[in-house]
Amino acid sequence: MTTTEKHEFPMARTCPFAPPPAYEQIREEEPVSRVRLPDGGWAWAVSRHEDVRTVLNDRRFSADRQHPDFPQLVKGEAASRRPDEERLLIAMDAPEHGPARKAVLGEFTVRRLEALRPRIQEIVDGQIDELLAGPRPGDLVDSLSLPVPSLVICEMLGVPYADHEFFQEHTVAVIKQSTPPEERWAAVRAIQDYMTDLIAEKEKNPPDDLLGRQIVKLRADGTYRRTALAGMGFLLLVAGHETTANMISLSTVAFLRNPEQLAMIKADPGRTLNAVEEMLRYFTIIDVATARLCVEDIEVGGQRIRAGEGVLALGYSANRDPRAFENPDGLDIERGARHHVAFGFGPHQCLGQNLARMELQIVFDTLFGRIPTLELAMDIDELPFKDDANIYGLYQLPVTW
Amino acid sequence: MRIIADTGRCVGAGQCVLIEPELFDQSEDDATIIVLNETPEGELVEKARQAVHVCPSQALSLED
Ligand code: HEM
Ligand code: SF4
Repeated sequence: MTTTEKHEFPMARTCPFAPPPAYEQIREEEPVSRVRLPDGGWAWAVSRHEDVRTVLNDRRFSADRQHPDFPQLVKGEAASRRPDEERLLIAMDAPEHGPARKAVLGEFTVRRLEALRPRIQEIVDGQIDELLAGPRPGDLVDSLSLPVPSLVICEMLGVPYADHEFFQEHTVAVIKQSTPPEERWAAVRAIQDYMTDLIAEKEKNPPDDLLGRQIVKLRADGTYRRTALAGMGFLLLVAGHETTANMISLSTVAFLRNPEQLAMIKADPGRTLNAVEEMLRYFTIIDVATARLCVEDIEVGGQRIRAGEGVLALGYSANRDPRAFENPDGLDIERGARHHVAFGFGPHQCLGQNLARMELQIVFDTLFGRIPTLELAMDIDELPFKDDANIYGLYQLPVTW
Repeated sequence: MRIIADTGRCVGAGQCVLIEPELFDQSEDDATIIVLNETPEGELVEKARQAVHVCPSQALSLED
């Protein structure tokens, strides 16, 4: 049994399009291995596809991110934990988690989302109009990647358009690794206070938007509480924002680097959804965020994990595991593999995944359809990749046409 | 072959519906799975297998 840590975490990348090389090493040599965390503590890094799925789908692992023993990935982050506060959905365990998730899931069915398609298309077209009307080169992150998911979720929730800049600013502070804990907490509070006020206003005469419908439904069930709904609104706003934005930026680079694959989706938009799926696998932008705390002893991949120990389910390693994917480091938009864990796995698997898929599909079809001459305005090795963030992506993406 | 769905385990991610809307649907209320056709044949058999493979909560299984 291993008792010392051979690796520090996070591990360094050497290529913007590949996981840290050490992932392959641990996956092959010691698939469940101890790693040293930035605060001096340690956790188990789980690196094989099968084992990652086990961790994410077993009740012996808790998602309680407010728990003092939950693995701390950013030094000092534990200082901003609030063990006494109500948990957001993403940090709940059974039995609270299931009912809280089901209460809102009806808003995200495939059929419900299809009804939103024309409006999402309009939003995307509007942003591309702006990009085209602006200077060349323009920044795709500011003009397209960030505004699209933010406008879409604000509209679904029923947040007035005029306030979306406020959210943009505060969500960035919540997500950036370099935000000091106190500042992060202040940003969280600002968004939650705003949500609480907005919901209090909607209570008077619940409108036909996501928050309004939740008020009506939860009141009928006798489970309505304003603070809980404000927490859900907050999570929906934050969870789908940077994630989808980063996928838009990174996939655009990947398409431009692989013109033969781009040509395939241009020729046949029927292929775009498979391409989206492959981009999700290829980049796996949420890698370490799927950490867990072991609450009951269990064996994973031949390694005994004890209650109280932290676990990092490395999704990016799982998605490049040759045991699960043929030629895993190759980008192949025709692969059609959906068993990746880019949206996680198990009870917490991304609730907004089908919304994200639709947004990405519409963005790529529209962007490359309307601007066929789109190209990068900066060398790939100079692009500001987010090597320092919990969610991988790009700070800026200068493009021209 | 028969598709068995455990609605208690379903986490409503809708992966199955994306794979084959002819076989699966989701409840309007809480998005849990509804099996539209429990005994698929022909090409749909392969789709049912794929759905079992991707379902994030092992809510789906097949019985011969
Ligand atoms: C490409 C974009 C996205 C990616 C890569 C992504 C990824 C993920 C991952 C990996 C998890 C699981 C976290 C865990 O197990 O600890 C998750 C959960 C979640 N995501 Fe996403 N997500 C994306 C877009 C969205 C969107 C658009 C929304 C909502 C509008 C959203 C809402 C959520 C929520 C609410 C959860 C928590 C679910 C639960 O705990 O039951 N996500 N996401
Ligand atoms: S894929 Fe599984 S969890 Fe998702 S809706 Fe279908 S049965 Fe439910």
